[in-house]
Amino acid sequence: MRGVFEFLKGCVRQIAHGDRAYWAWVSGLAFLIAVGVIAYTNQFRQGLIATNMRDQVSWAFYVGNFTFLVGVAAAAVLLVIPAYVYQWKPIKEVVLLGELLAISALAMCLLFITVDIGRPERMLHMVPFVGTPNWPASLLAWDALVLNVYLSLNVALVSYILFKAYRGEKTDNRILVPLVLLSIPVAISTHTVTAFLYNGMASRPFWNASILAPRFIASAFCSGPAVMLILFQILRRTVKLPIKDEAISKIAELMAYAMFLNLFLLGAEVFKEFYSATEHTQYTRYLWFGLGEHRALVPYAWASLFCSVTAFLLFLVPATRRNFATLNIGCVLIWAGCYIEKGMGLVIPGMTPDTLGEIYEYRPTINEWCIAAGIFSVGFLLFTFLVKIAVPIYYGTFRVIPVVPDPRSD
Amino acid sequence: MSESKGLNILGSDAVDPLRRNFMRTAAAGAALAAMSGCNMDDFFRKHFKELSRTDLDAVLRKIEKRNLERFGKTTTVDATGARPGVEFGYGLDLSRCVGCRRCVYACVAENNQSREHPEIHWIRVLQMDKEHGVDLTHADMYYEPEHVPQPGKFYFPVQCQQCSDPPCVKTCPTGATWKEPDGIVVIDYDWCIGCRCCMSACPYGARHFNWAEPKLPADELNPDQHYLGNRPRPKGVVEKCTFCIQRTRKGRYPACVEICPVGARKFGNLLDPESEIRQVMDTKRVFIFKEELATHPHFYYFYAT
Amino acid sequence: MVGLRTWSAVGVLALTATWTAATQAQTSPTERLVQAKSPPFSEGIYPCKECHDGPGDKTRRTLAFHEDVQTMFDHDAEHRWCLDCHDNADRNVLHLSSGDPVPFTESYRLCGQCHGDKYRDWRAGVHGKRIGHWDGEKTYSLCVNCHNPHSPRFKGVVEIDVDGKQTTAPTLEKIRPEPRPRRPEEMRP
Repeated sequence: MRGVFEFLKGCVRQIAHGDRAYWAWVSGLAFLIAVGVIAYTNQFRQGLIATNMRDQVSWAFYVGNFTFLVGVAAAAVLLVIPAYVYQWKPIKEVVLLGELLAISALAMCLLFITVDIGRPERMLHMVPFVGTPNWPASLLAWDALVLNVYLSLNVALVSYILFKAYRGEKTDNRILVPLVLLSIPVAISTHTVTAFLYNGMASRPFWNASILAPRFIASAFCSGPAVMLILFQILRRTVKLPIKDEAISKIAELMAYAMFLNLFLLGAEVFKEFYSATEHTQYTRYLWFGLGEHRALVPYAWASLFCSVTAFLLFLVPATRRNFATLNIGCVLIWAGCYIEKGMGLVIPGMTPDTLGEIYEYRPTINEWCIAAGIFSVGFLLFTFLVKIAVPIYYGTFRVIPVVPDPRSD
Repeated sequence: MSESKGLNILGSDAVDPLRRNFMRTAAAGAALAAMSGCNMDDFFRKHFKELSRTDLDAVLRKIEKRNLERFGKTTTVDATGARPGVEFGYGLDLSRCVGCRRCVYACVAENNQSREHPEIHWIRVLQMDKEHGVDLTHADMYYEPEHVPQPGKFYFPVQCQQCSDPPCVKTCPTGATWKEPDGIVVIDYDWCIGCRCCMSACPYGARHFNWAEPKLPADELNPDQHYLGNRPRPKGVVEKCTFCIQRTRKGRYPACVEICPVGARKFGNLLDPESEIRQVMDTKRVFIFKEELATHPHFYYFYAT
Repeated sequence: MVGLRTWSAVGVLALTATWTAATQAQTSPTERLVQAKSPPFSEGIYPCKECHDGPGDKTRRTLAFHEDVQTMFDHDAEHRWCLDCHDNADRNVLHLSSGDPVPFTESYRLCGQCHGDKYRDWRAGVHGKRIGHWDGEKTYSLCVNCHNPHSPRFKGVVEIDVDGKQTTAPTLEKIRPEPRPRRPEEMRP
C-alpha cells in the first residue's frame, strides 16, 4: 500500500496543529492523563487496596464505567441503521463519526478493565492459543473476544474509509457494505454479552433478571447518540458538516423512544420487585429507599430517574426537541441518567447487601477518581485526534491532492 | 486562498512536540518500571494442567526457593493429586457450633493467609437468631460477646462449599480455577488474573481477594505446602478454602475439623459407607445452604439432635 | 460334608466376630481408633476406697467433704444424686442401673445408658471430636473430655497435657470467642 507512511505523517501533522482552544483542550486532557498515570502507578504498586473495593463489594467504580462505555460504543454504530433507513445524505460522515466514537469508547473500556484486574500482566492467559480462555462457559472470555473483534472491525473500517478518501479514491462497496452491516450485530452482541455477564450470576439476584439485556440495549441506545448529537452541532459550526436540523431532530426522536423503552423496562422491574416482595427485593429497596441507616445510593437513584424522565420529555415534545438549547440539555441529562444507572444503579446494588447479608457502603477513593479521569481523558483525547484527522480528509484539506471544498455542496 | 475552518492553523501556541513526546516516554517508562516488579520468567509458563512432570517439579522447586528467600524458612511444596475412589464431603453440625471462631484462626495459621490489610479469613461465622432460623438479613458476622453461645442465638460458619456445579468455575475467563476429581475446587494462583468474576459469581461469599501484598509473619509460616492450597499467594489473586488440600490428600483431617472444640465439623470420603460423613448423611437431618441455586455443594449442614 | 464340629467352630467364630464388632466403633478397613487420654481426677480424690472402705448410708444428704461437687451438681439434680452413678459397695467404680460395676476408664458405658442416641452417634464419630486422619489413625475423645459428669451441659474445654499427650478437659466457664474479623472499612492500606 503506497503512501501509508505519508498518510501517517500527515495524520501526525493534523494532530500537531490547531488553534488556542484546541491546545487548551489537549493540554487539559494531557494533564488529567498524567494524573491518571501517577494514580495508577500508585495502585499498581500497592495493589487494589488503593481503591475502596473489598470482598463485600468487589466490583465497583471501574466496572461501572466499563459497562456504561460498552453501551456508548455499541450505540454509536447503531446510528447506522436510521442513517440508512432515512436515507441521509451525510451517511458516510454519520457512520464514520459513529465509529470514531466507538473506537474511543472501546479504548476506554479496555483501559477500565486493565486497571480493575489484579494481575494485568497476565492478560495473555485469556488469549486463545497463547492462554487458556474458558470457552464457551465464561462470559468474560466472550466479552474480551467480542470487544476486540468490534474494535478491530471499527479500526479496519475507519482506516479503509479514511485512507481511500485521503487518496481521493472511491471506496469499494463490496468491502465496505458487508463490514458495516457486520458491525451492527457485533455492536449489539458486545452489549448483550456484557449484560449476560451480569445476568448469568445466580448469586446476585439483582442482576439475575432476564430484563437486564434488553434494558442494557435500550439505555445504550439513548446514551451513545447523545454524544453524537452534540458533536454534530459542533462540527456543523466549525466545518459546515451538512447535517440538517431535521436529521438531528430525528435522532433525538429515536432516542426518546429508546428512553421510553428503558423507562418501561425499569417500571416493569420495579413492579416485579415490590409487588412480589420476596427477600430479593432488598437490593432494589436498598437502591431506591435505603436499608435502615444505609442510604448512600438513594439520592443518586432518584437523580438518575429525574434526569431520564426529563430528557425523555424534552426529546418527545417536538418543540423542545427542535430547540437546540433544550435539546442539548436533554443530551446532557440523558448521559447523566444513563451513567448513574449503569454505574451506581447497577453494579453497587447488585453487591449490596452481599451474599451473606452484609452491607458495606462503597464510595470511590481519590485514587479511583484520578484513574477514571485519566482514562476518560485518554478517550476524549483519542476521539479529538481521530476527528481532527477525519474531518479534514472529508473536507479535502488533508488529501494526497488537497481539494478546497465548496461549502454550498452537500 | 480560503482558510480552512480553524483546522489548519499552524499553531503559534503549539505545545512543543518534543516536550509532549518526552512526557509520553516518561509515562511509558514509569509504567514499565512498575511492571518490572512482576516475575517475567513466569510469563511464558503453561497452564498447570498442561505442565509435564519435570516442568511441574521445576515450578515447585522455584516456589520453595522463593519461600526461603522471602521467609528464611525451608518449606516443601508438593502437588499431590486426587486419590481415586475419593470424593470429599464435609458436615457441619449446627446444633453444636458455639461460635468460638477457633476454626477461623486455625485455618488462617494452617493456610498462610494474609494477616492484616487485607485480613483474609476463609471461614466466616455468622451469628443468627434462633427465632428467625437461617436468615441472612438478620445475620451478624462481627459479634464479640464475652462468652459464646449467646442465649437465643445459633452460629452458622460459612466457607467454600466445594460445589459440584461451581458457578465460579463456569465464569472464570482463564480457567485458573477448576474442580478436581475429589471434589475440591482449586485455584492456580499463578494463572489467576484477578478479574474477580468468580467472587461475583459465588453465592456463598467464599472467595477472597488479595487486595494488597499479603502480610505473613515468617515465624507463623506453615512450611508444609501444596501448590493449589496453602503456599503463599501473590497480591492481586483470589483464594479460598481448599479443604486443607495439603492435609486431606495425605489422609489427614482439615485444620478446622481438628481444632473445633465441640466436634461440630465432620469430614471424610463420601464414597466410603463407613465414614463419619456418610453416617451423618444417612442418619441426620441434612440441608444445603442456598439449595435453590443448584450448586450441589460437598458441604452439608446438619442437626445432630 | 461339613460336620457338626465344623459348624460349631464356625458359629463360635461368627459370634466372636460379631461381638468384637459390636463393642468396637464402626470402622472402615484402614481406620484405627485410638482413645484420647481422659482428664485427671481432682487432686488426692482417688482411690476413693482409701476413705470409703465399705458400703455407706444411702440416704440423700449434703456431704461436707464433697461439697464442692454437690454445689455445682446439676445432672438431673432433682431426681439423682451421687450414688445413682457411684457404686455404694466399691467407690472405686461406677455402676449401671442393673448394678453391674463399670470402671472409670469405661465411664462412657454409663453415660450411654441414658444418653443412647448420643452414645450411638459418638461410636459412629458423629458426636464429639476426633483428630487425626480421615482414612487412618484417629484419636477419639471420651465423654469426660468435654462433659463434666457432675455438670455435663457443655460450657467450654481447655487443652491439657496428660502423660505427654495433648487432650482436653471440660471447664465450668463458657468459651470466649476469638476476635471478630475486621470490617471492610477498617482495612486501609
